[in-house]
Amino acid sequence: MRAISWIAVNVFKESVRDRVPYNLALFAVLMIASSFLIGQLTAGQDVKIIKDLGLAAIVVFGLFIAIFIGIGLVSKEVERRSIYSLLSKPIGRPQFVVGKYAGLVLTLAVNVGVMTVALYAVLGCLTYIQTPAARAAWDAPGVDPRLLEAIALIFVELMIVTAVALFFSTFSTPLLAAALTFGLFIVGHFNTDLKNFDKIVDSRPAIWVARAVYHTVPDFSAFDIKTEVVHGLPVAAGYLIATAGYGFAYISALLVVSVLVFARRDFK
Amino acid sequence: MRTWRGRAAGIAVAVAAFATAVTLQVVRDRAYSREEAQNLAFLYVRSPAVLRRIALSFDALAADVYWIRALQHYGGDRLSRDGRERYRLLYPLLDLTTSLDPYFTIAYRFGAIFLSEGYPGGPGRPDLAVALLKKGIAAQPDNWRYYHDIAFVHYWQLHDTKTAAEWFRLAQKQPGAPGWLEPVAASMLIEGGDRQSARFILQQILNSPEEWLRQMARRALLQLDALDLIDRARPVIVRNPPPAGTPYSWQWLIQRGVVSRIPEDETGVPFEIDPATGALTVSPRSPLFPMPRTGPPQ
Repeated sequence: MRAISWIAVNVFKESVRDRVPYNLALFAVLMIASSFLIGQLTAGQDVKIIKDLGLAAIVVFGLFIAIFIGIGLVSKEVERRSIYSLLSKPIGRPQFVVGKYAGLVLTLAVNVGVMTVALYAVLGCLTYIQTPAARAAWDAPGVDPRLLEAIALIFVELMIVTAVALFFSTFSTPLLAAALTFGLFIVGHFNTDLKNFDKIVDSRPAIWVARAVYHTVPDFSAFDIKTEVVHGLPVAAGYLIATAGYGFAYISALLVVSVLVFARRDFK
Repeated sequence: MRTWRGRAAGIAVAVAAFATAVTLQVVRDRAYSREEAQNLAFLYVRSPAVLRRIALSFDALAADVYWIRALQHYGGDRLSRDGRERYRLLYPLLDLTTSLDPYFTIAYRFGAIFLSEGYPGGPGRPDLAVALLKKGIAAQPDNWRYYHDIAFVHYWQLHDTKTAAEWFRLAQKQPGAPGWLEPVAASMLIEGGDRQSARFILQQILNSPEEWLRQMARRALLQLDALDLIDRARPVIVRNPPPAGTPYSWQWLIQRGVVSRIPEDETGVPFEIDPATGALTVSPRSPLFPMPRTGPPQ
């Protein structure tokens, strides 16, 4: 456990050295600039659009961090040959993989946390400057705690993306791992179509294949509750728990497979 | 010292290159205007189903973008003075917006007002306005505002008071609907949609929390005032015709002492008089123009 936390902290420190937190400044500028501009363009829908924009930006920035750092977690150590000195220490390969994963999740957690605070700060300012009559016309309060439900599921989604990137990183090149992870992210959003394949096709084998792909590919579309949350529509607690539970189970499976693949790799 | 000079020279070159780029940009824009090409409105993807897939999990953000495009399209065409076909993309843009975000209430409600507004203030398509609002009802069947807005389109644009009353009663049945909907429906059924009923509805809308609705109501109330004044002036003008062969004019009416000065609408813009018939109209320069179609007062 100590080895895992040691590796995780080092991954986090490395991401800070790699200037990953710069994206936070970009996020802050995006939020502040858009809050000034959007009010002029949207006929009173600035708070809704700031929420949409903020949540989408958390996904995009998190996705870039998860993919572009995740794909280098293992391959970078192999390229630099630092893997030899690491594995010669009393660190098992499973600890190495899990530690790397935990480190990137920590980086993501800090980033998502800071972006959430920035989003709430902008929404708080907008709420403060609006008249009570204008606030009464909003679907949901400006500073709405329910946004955290969407952000929590976004975070679990990013954790899955990180696990996918790490998995590909254990056996392929960074470029291929990035392409595969991004491809899987897109396919994961079409999962509903695969689930409903039986409504448009009669062939039983085709339906079975579609169902198999539906269960194999991460179901990213299920993590998207942004629209409901922004409009103040209720999301069942059971749905949140089931989706988050699905995410953690999927991550566990991916990490186990990553450890198995990495354990078989020969670094000679 | 050498390093400092080198750095200064580098910065100077970069600034000079950037200034050259900006200068060339300005010169090019002046010499080769591409405004016409830029003004042509395009909508590459018209299928909401396709767009929903392309948007991945960013469908709400894509809806915001299409909403801003719809606003710009409507505003741009409304202000435009050229003869090109106007508001061509308004419904497709609103359809895409509401397909990407089915809970985008303002897009349905504001969009319906844009669509139903008579030409040149809008495309004059109350049928599409009703279709958009019915789409909103399909997404949120409990939202009384959509039923209310359909009723209003039927009343204000289509002058179909019977259907309007039916929709007002449907609105009243939805959860959270205000109590004044039922009296409005009853009043319409009884009075056949006169200006008094219109005033009653508009007065209620003045209490709406949404500023744009209040603004619309204020404008419509001023239009009703103008219509009342036109109706009061009509018999007075008819009783004082100009000499044969001379057109109706304000100068003549002032000379005759019928009016002391040219009457103005509530926005301060003088009314216009038809030289042939003496009919009074709101000036196209007035913010109240175009006026709603309306029958004689009851």
